[in-house]
Amino acid sequence: MLKFGVPLALAMLLGVFLFVGLQRDPSYVPSPLIGKQAPEFTLPSLQDPNYPVASKELAGKTWVLNVWGTWCAGCRQEHETLMAIARTGVVPLVGLDWKDDRAAAQQWLSTLGNPYAVVASDPEGRVAIDWGVYGAPETFLIGPDGKVLFKHIAPMTMEVWTKEFLPRIQAANAGVAPAGG
Amino acid sequence: MNDMTLPHFSRFARSVFAALLVAFAVPALAIDTERAFDDPALQARYEMIGRELRCPVCQNQTIADSNATLAQDLRREVREMIAAGKTDDEIRTFMVDRYGDFVLYKPRMTPGNYLLWAAPVLLLLLGTFVGLRIIRKQAAQADTDGPEAGQS
Repeated sequence: MLKFGVPLALAMLLGVFLFVGLQRDPSYVPSPLIGKQAPEFTLPSLQDPNYPVASKELAGKTWVLNVWGTWCAGCRQEHETLMAIARTGVVPLVGLDWKDDRAAAQQWLSTLGNPYAVVASDPEGRVAIDWGVYGAPETFLIGPDGKVLFKHIAPMTMEVWTKEFLPRIQAANAGVAPAGG
Repeated sequence: MNDMTLPHFSRFARSVFAALLVAFAVPALAIDTERAFDDPALQARYEMIGRELRCPVCQNQTIADSNATLAQDLRREVREMIAAGKTDDEIRTFMVDRYGDFVLYKPRMTPGNYLLWAAPVLLLLLGTFVGLRIIRKQAAQADTDGPEAGQS
């Protein structure tokens, strides 16, 4: 009994590990920023390079940072969703236009609509590196205490927004952070 | 008329040959060819760190191997940090703070992976323990039961 039971149990345990491994997305890199203070930045605004966008101005608010670029197909895909989210007015959406052409990005917003309260322009990608960005679109949720609450990598969908973002936004605004992340 | 000069090779064969030439030429194109530093010691450090850091978008390539824009940006960060006099460890910490332990091709020992580092030793001890038990059991059986009590 023991002689067959123990190896069988070990083999099954290994099988469970391998099966779980198969379900995981190897291209997903978990962010070390979750639960930590969000990196500060001051960048020129996309619309007016003379006007600085500073993350400090958002202190005390719950806000969303969306990393995008006109070269990014997923960003085009999520644009309608961002527009819908912006219309609800739950949180300000801050855009980070990453390694992009200023004129092309301005054109994009004027033709497709602008979901952002403000857009920071990061043509050299330095702020994106501080935030550990590796592929647009990426969307961060930042709490009133300036901590990163959540990060979504991939185009935003209404499902992700209602399931992952809204509960955390409500909890953050109520002054309690939800467990896990 | 040209077909007269090369009678044995069809136009198709020549196209294939040309395509092969191009295909085999590709690996010869180095990615990061420009020297970053005049000082050979700094250049050596730059190349070593570049080979140790994984490119987060183009996984299974180091930032020295990859020509993704993010890899170029990360090489620029490494170059600037070396120029600013940062130590290798400070540069590694900079990357880990942003992209996690995942960026290191030589992983660090952290509380989260002690078990992984200890696993080879633990497995060896476990194997020795199990092996000794089996040997002792067989020896004991041989002593007490005699040859005819042959339950295996």
